[in-house]
Amino acid sequence: MEVFRLRVLFLIALAATTLPGCALFRGDGEAASTSEGIEAPAGDSTGSLPQDRPIIEPQVERREIRRARIDTEDFEIGAYFGVLSIEDFESNTVYGARLAYHITEDFFIEGTVGQSKAGRTSYETLSGSAALLTDDERRYTYYALSLGWNALPGEVFIGKNRAYNSAFYIVAGIGSTSFGGDDRFTVNGGFGYRILPTDWLAVHFDVRDHVFDIDLLGKKKIVNNLEAHLGLSIFF
Amino acid sequence: MPQWLRPFALLVALFTVGAKADDELPKVLVADPYIELHTGPGRGYPVFHVIERGREVEIVKRRTDWFQVRTDRGIEGWVPREQMIATLAPTGEPLDLDEPARENYMSRRWQGGITAGDFGGASEISIFGGYAFSDNLSIELTVTHILGEFSNGYSATLGLIHVFVPEWRASPYFTLGTGIIYTDPKSTLVRTEDRTDQIGYVGGGIQLYLTRRFMLRTEYRSNVVFTSRNDNEEVDEWKYLGFAFFF
Repeated sequence: MEVFRLRVLFLIALAATTLPGCALFRGDGEAASTSEGIEAPAGDSTGSLPQDRPIIEPQVERREIRRARIDTEDFEIGAYFGVLSIEDFESNTVYGARLAYHITEDFFIEGTVGQSKAGRTSYETLSGSAALLTDDERRYTYYALSLGWNALPGEVFIGKNRAYNSAFYIVAGIGSTSFGGDDRFTVNGGFGYRILPTDWLAVHFDVRDHVFDIDLLGKKKIVNNLEAHLGLSIFF
Repeated sequence: MPQWLRPFALLVALFTVGAKADDELPKVLVADPYIELHTGPGRGYPVFHVIERGREVEIVKRRTDWFQVRTDRGIEGWVPREQMIATLAPTGEPLDLDEPARENYMSRRWQGGITAGDFGGASEISIFGGYAFSDNLSIELTVTHILGEFSNGYSATLGLIHVFVPEWRASPYFTLGTGIIYTDPKSTLVRTEDRTDQIGYVGGGIQLYLTRRFMLRTEYRSNVVFTSRNDNEEVDEWKYLGFAFFF
């Protein structure tokens, strides 16, 4: 069985390395034939008519052509601060960082990393018994990779002379939550609102729901951890 | 200024210096009968100014497919890419913009994305980034977070991808690679032993060009984990759905 597997691996490796090679050969062949095609008549004309050189050699100064270096600002980096409600474990402050890449005017992808700390369950408080989790296990960290859609772009007006660009967006994604001594596959979704006081600065208000399976209290169940936060980010 | 404000002040200073440093903004000539300036980088933002043919404008910045331009009178507004294409560089040539479109899909070099899937029964999340040597062959780095019922883990793999017919919209590919996998069994189990093993895989998938610079992909990998035990472990890995883009 092992030998067979190795043989398959080897054959596949061979195929993967030789197939693109074949494609390269074909490309070279084409290039060679076209360059020959151009050179052949040129050689003939200079060979038969050496007196055919122009009387005046034009001295053309070549203008230096550079591709315009345009400052592209599609990335957004920022930080946020807010409240996270951890199911069964009270609500607490949450803070995090956010990196986004705007692919088009409609869509962006975003990565967020956040941290909070779980409180005590009602059971722990009422019974006065031993804590269910250690302090270390109460640390709640998560990351999320999401796709966002600027559903309602627009402008907001403050007074008569001021207009700021804004967008209401919807976000959904996947990630992981580390809580109670375990990492858990997490689905997140929510919406947000962004206002741009200047072209490079954005103020965000976001609401997210983090959903995952947990079996901390004996029975497996789905929890919804709602988060609301305020953030600031910079386009670069 | 309070102590905690200092880093922010530094950041602001950096940005303003950055803005002042590039005095030499690229200039273009309007070749269309006119171009329209929008108040924001989006199709819905109202047009508030028009620049006619023959006038020169500076390009301040670009965001996605929108360009912020400044007229000689200092009016700033956003112009869509379709109109910018019709402007001319000072050399009299049409402006050369790298455009993420179907015709550039073939000549793409860098691409990246996210996939979600199943790794031998456990959920997995992967990030990948790749570089294409030619139309057919590319190299790709994948970092995966595996979240299972009995163990969690991470893997990092480096592999070659061979796309059979790159010009097809939905093109099948073949992949082969190796890497490392770190497994961390959950503490509630008896045999709790962290381990780092080598992993090798063969697989295949389909990459579908969606539109503009987006792609979807789905992939299967047959993994062999080279454990320190007597038997190697074989794991089927399905990357159900991935979202990728090139730049």
